Parts: sequence; structure tokens; C-alpha cells
Amino acid sequence: MNDITKALMKQVTGLDELPEGAYNVREDSKSVARQSSENIDIVSKTDKSGIDIIVKPNTPSEYVYIPALVSCGGITDLVYNDFFIGENADVTVVAGCGVSTGDSCDGSEHNGIHRFFLGKNSRVKYVEKHIGVGEGTGKRVINPETVVEQEEGSFMLMETTQIKGVDSTERITKAILKENATLVIKEKLMTHGQQTAVSKFEVDMNGKDSSVNLISRSVAREHSKQTFISKITGNTQCMGHSECDAIIMDHGVVSAIPQITANSVEATLIHEAAIGKIAGDQMIKLMTLGLTEGEAEAKIIEGFLN
Amino acid sequence: MLVLEKVSFAIDSEKEILKDINLTIDSGKLIAITGPNGGGKSTLARIIAGVVKPTKGKIFFKGKDITVLGITERAKMGISFGFQQPVRFKGITAHDLINIAAGKPLTTHDASYYLSEVGLCAKDYIHREMNDKLSGGEIKRIEIATIIARNTTLSIFDEPEAGIDLWSFNHLIDVFKKMHSGKEGSIIIISHQERILEVADEIIAMVNGEIVQQGSKELVLPELLNCSDPKSCLYCKDILEGEES
Repeated sequence: MNDITKALMKQVTGLDELPEGAYNVREDSKSVARQSSENIDIVSKTDKSGIDIIVKPNTPSEYVYIPALVSCGGITDLVYNDFFIGENADVTVVAGCGVSTGDSCDGSEHNGIHRFFLGKNSRVKYVEKHIGVGEGTGKRVINPETVVEQEEGSFMLMETTQIKGVDSTERITKAILKENATLVIKEKLMTHGQQTAVSKFEVDMNGKDSSVNLISRSVAREHSKQTFISKITGNTQCMGHSECDAIIMDHGVVSAIPQITANSVEATLIHEAAIGKIAGDQMIKLMTLGLTEGEAEAKIIEGFLN
Repeated sequence: MLVLEKVSFAIDSEKEILKDINLTIDSGKLIAITGPNGGGKSTLARIIAGVVKPTKGKIFFKGKDITVLGITERAKMGISFGFQQPVRFKGITAHDLINIAAGKPLTTHDASYYLSEVGLCAKDYIHREMNDKLSGGEIKRIEIATIIARNTTLSIFDEPEAGIDLWSFNHLIDVFKKMHSGKEGSIIIISHQERILEVADEIIAMVNGEIVQQGSKELVLPELLNCSDPKSCLYCKDILEGEES
């Protein structure tokens, strides 16, 4: 790995060096480091670029790291990663993507398509950070697509973070939930400059007592634009909640477009959305505690996206 | 320590909220400001904290003219202001807010001290977000804890009893007594509560934007509470209306 890749990996995964256990590091469209563990097998796909991550049933809380890093301009990366989570397994997936244009005027782009198949009563925590760096004028683009199929009693927590740096992103998340399956999604997003971000969610609750809780917190600064689209469908007795909270600053624009559909009288679906500038009282309160206007603003945003 | 000279505040040059207020507050005093709703008490507190600027008059703090200074500068000089309706924040915890108030990062143990001071079980609240899941009484007590953590020359509380239950209120009186005995700083409390008025060194009664009475509690309190004509007295009317509701 070169220095740019190492720095990106540190930002995406928090790791200074390759971890113990299972990992796959993708650099500039190629796997450059890989290790399977006793319970987690990582194998290359034969028909297209990407890997299968196979977690054995009953795996007790284990981590797997799969960062994808683009270290220079002019690269368009496309990867398909499939996760097969065995019954009763408990795994934390640290994914994420770092794109750098270096000092190039060519753009760099990463398109990652992740599919998760959660076995009965399995648990997955999926942590994904998107980082964009580089002094070049080329566009940094990340388009992730995540497809989740959850069997009975399974649980998935998705934590996704993208703070500045990425010029354009279109995120698609689709999920199908069976009986007693639970999906929790926590999305944090900050855009600035001329950046654009679109986040689309589509969740079908097909199993009795399944639930989804989708929480999006975002900040749009300068001339950036964000669109948040959530479609939640309840086809049986189930609970769906989505919440879009956004702070707009400068000339930032945020659209929240909810669509909740109850195809059963037993489905309970709620959507909440709040878009606005930082409340004046919040600024005043922190200033009465001794912070300057700038410090107060930074603290409010830091807390909001925490 | 704090001097207000002919301070007035008007909205759109028409409605005068404060009229020529002259006020001197000495070091080490606990001052209670009382009076009917709409009398100008909260506006006076906000003017001292710098949240609003007077349309006329001057404000001096520690001998310096602070009339044109902003909120942050006044806070840094040693003025604290506890809101009547504490502000809620998403993602900012009680610990974060106490750190900001103290001006330095405190350990959980040290920050917890301030929550215990206001009668909260610190381990249950120290990591709680200051969001709308806290009750009015809980957030009010955390607000007061941040003012204690600041430990400044002048602490202003705007109706600290609002939203606090009776049990907590008893504790609140002790909090103010302790603050008052522990340092040279002064405390201004805007309140309708007789028990708060009783612990004050001096009471100021405000009606229609003017100070109508000012003096020791021995002098002012009997007069406030034994009004000869409560039905036409604005202050008593306010109390009576409060009791009716």
C-alpha cells in the first residue's frame, strides 16, 4: 500500500496496520491484502470483480474489515461484495471507501454494490465511512448500493458516515425483512461546496413483527444539495419509523421525500422530517457559556452529527 | 460590580419594555427580581447577559462599560445566564455542556459533581443528550448545574423554579444558599416564589418596565405580600391569577 492508501485506510477503518482476523483491502480496483479466519471465509468472485464473505453459523462476535481505497485520479472502480451470514452468527463489518484524486484533474470514482443475506437470528453491525481527499480538481464520486435480505429474527445495524470530501454520491439501500427481523439504519452526512448527495431507502417489511428504524442526520453547507428519499412498506403487523433531521447553512438545500405505505391494518408506520437552520437559541445558549459564534456553530454541528 | 444607568428598551420605538432603569448590584449579593408577567424582568436579565441590547442607557460590569459588548465577551468577563426555558440540543450530552461551561474537559467524576449539586443522580444523566427526551424539570436542573460549573462573578437565573417539582424546589433553595455563601460573586434570581424572595439579600419589584420597589427583604417583602389593595395591584393580581389557574 502506498502512503495515500495507508492514510485513507486509517480514516476509513481506524486501523494503522492490517488487523488480526478476516480482512480484504481493495486498492485501485484490486485486492491487495486478504486474510480469512476460522469462521469467516473471503473468496474472490469468478464472474465479476468482488468478493464473497461467508460467515459460519454460530460465529461469536467477530470483526471483518473490507475497505476499498482509490488512491489516484482517473480510476473508476466497480465492485460486488456479497455477505452470507450464517444462522446465529454475530459479526461486525467495517467497510467504507476512501477516494483520493491526488493532485490530478481526473476524477476518481468508486461504485460498491453490497448484498447481505442474514441467516436466522444472526446479527450484523455494518460500519461504513466515506472519505474523499486530494488537492486535484477531479471529482470524487462514491455510489454505494446496499441490498439486505433478513431471515427470521435477524438484526442489522447500519452506521454510515460521509463528512465532506465527496463531490457526488448516490446511495441506494434496499431491504426485505422477514418475521421478527429488525433493521436499524443511522446515516450521517455533511456536504459542502457544490457537492450533491442523494440517499434512497426502500424497505419492505414482509414478516410479522419485523421493524425498521431509519435515522438520517445531515448538514448541507455552502451551495451543496441533498435529497433524502425513504420508502417504507408494511405488508403485515410491523413497525416502521423514519426520521430525517437536517441542518441547512449558507445556500444549502435539502429535500426530504417520504413514502410510507401500509398494506395491512396492523402496520404502524411513522415518518418525521425536520429541516432548518441552527436554532438561534442554541447559539445564544452556548455563547452565554463563553463560546464564540463560530465555536458554538461547530459544537452544535459536531453534536448533531455525533 | 454591576451598574445600569438609565437603561431603556423599546420595540419599534413604541412599546417601552424597560424605562430608565437605574440599578447597582454590589459584590456578594443575592438579589431577587419579582413582579407581574410582562413587567420587564426577563428583558432586564437578557440585557445584562447581552442577548438583547438596550435602546438607551449604559451598562457597567466590574467598572467597564459593556453596553456594546456581545454575549460571548460578557460571558468571558464573568456573566452567566440561566434560561427560563432551557435550550435543547441533539447529540450534545449533559457532560458536553458542563465541559463547555467549565471551559475545560472534565472527567466524568468531576462533571458528575455539578449534577449531584442540583439533585440529579449523576450516573443516570451525565451521558444523556440534552434533547426533548428530558423532562422540563430535568433539563432545568442541568441548566442550573452549568451555571454552577461556570462559577462566575455574576450569575443570573430567569425563573429557575419554573418546571421544577416541589421536592426539587426545596433542594433548589439550598443550591442558591450554597452558591451565595461560597463566593464573592453576586446572584440575580428572577422569581415569583416567596421562598426564593426570603433568601435574597435584596428584592427588586418591577412593574410595567420600571423598578417600583427596591430594598432589603425585611423592608420590601412584607409590603409585597401584605398589599392593602391586592385587586388593583398588578403584582398581587398576577399572584391571584396564578392561584386561580
